[in-house]
Amino acid sequence: MAQAGTSNRPLSPHLQIWRWGPHMAVSILHRVSGNGLAFVGLALLLWWLGALASGPAAYATFTGWVWADLSTLDWSGLGLVTSLIRLAFKVVLVGITWAFFTHAASGLRHFVLDIGAGYELNANRTWSILSPVLAVAMTAIFWALLLLR
Amino acid sequence: MGNGTSIGRVRGLGSAKTGPHHWLMQRFTAIGNLLLVVWLGVSLLLLPNLHYQTVIEWISAPVPATAMALLVISTFWHARMGVGVMMEDYVHEHANKFACVAALNLITFAGAAFGVFCVVRLALGGA
Repeated sequence: MAQAGTSNRPLSPHLQIWRWGPHMAVSILHRVSGNGLAFVGLALLLWWLGALASGPAAYATFTGWVWADLSTLDWSGLGLVTSLIRLAFKVVLVGITWAFFTHAASGLRHFVLDIGAGYELNANRTWSILSPVLAVAMTAIFWALLLLR
Repeated sequence: MGNGTSIGRVRGLGSAKTGPHHWLMQRFTAIGNLLLVVWLGVSLLLLPNLHYQTVIEWISAPVPATAMALLVISTFWHARMGVGVMMEDYVHEHANKFACVAALNLITFAGAAFGVFCVVRLALGGA
């Protein structure tokens, strides 16, 4: 592979050549959501566990950044920057749960494909579309249950 | 084994012979992740709130602490394989690829060790 780009041999057409379909989208979404979970999700998991193990003050710092009480945010001066970061953390946290459900749904699709099923054109297309749609629904249900309890 | 073209260099070498183990472990850890992360999500939903005292009392009990430690191990194991595949696909230069995979191994073991240590500390009442 290292030498592949150095010779002038023809390369196979890359991403931009193909017309996008749900199968391609769900495939790259699986990789993107998986790596997002690995880099961001696991970092947040460790921060959460580390804060719990370090005591109430560290836990308050964690929740103060990751899920701040919107009514306490300060929007003047430097507070504008930290408040925007706190808002971004909320987006990241919801995004991480979405990434989990997306990765889990397309992962379950992979389990079906692994046993040799689901390769018929229509079935494959249907599940390629349904996997991310179900993931969005699961994300919405999870946050509704969490915030409305 | 030829010495000119790319195909000549790999012809006759066959597969790396270690693929099935990687493939199976990716799936075994995926099943573990699915069970354990769903357990975590349901557990958090069943807690009355996520205040420090509530979470501490829940996670320091034997069964949640064990599941949490397993979750850390299973997710980090799975992530190490998944991110490793991503690096092998996108980092083409040999030295950079080696450096990336080496760093990935260090960070994975450090992260998993920290996570398990935190759970043990919680379970044994250090916090």
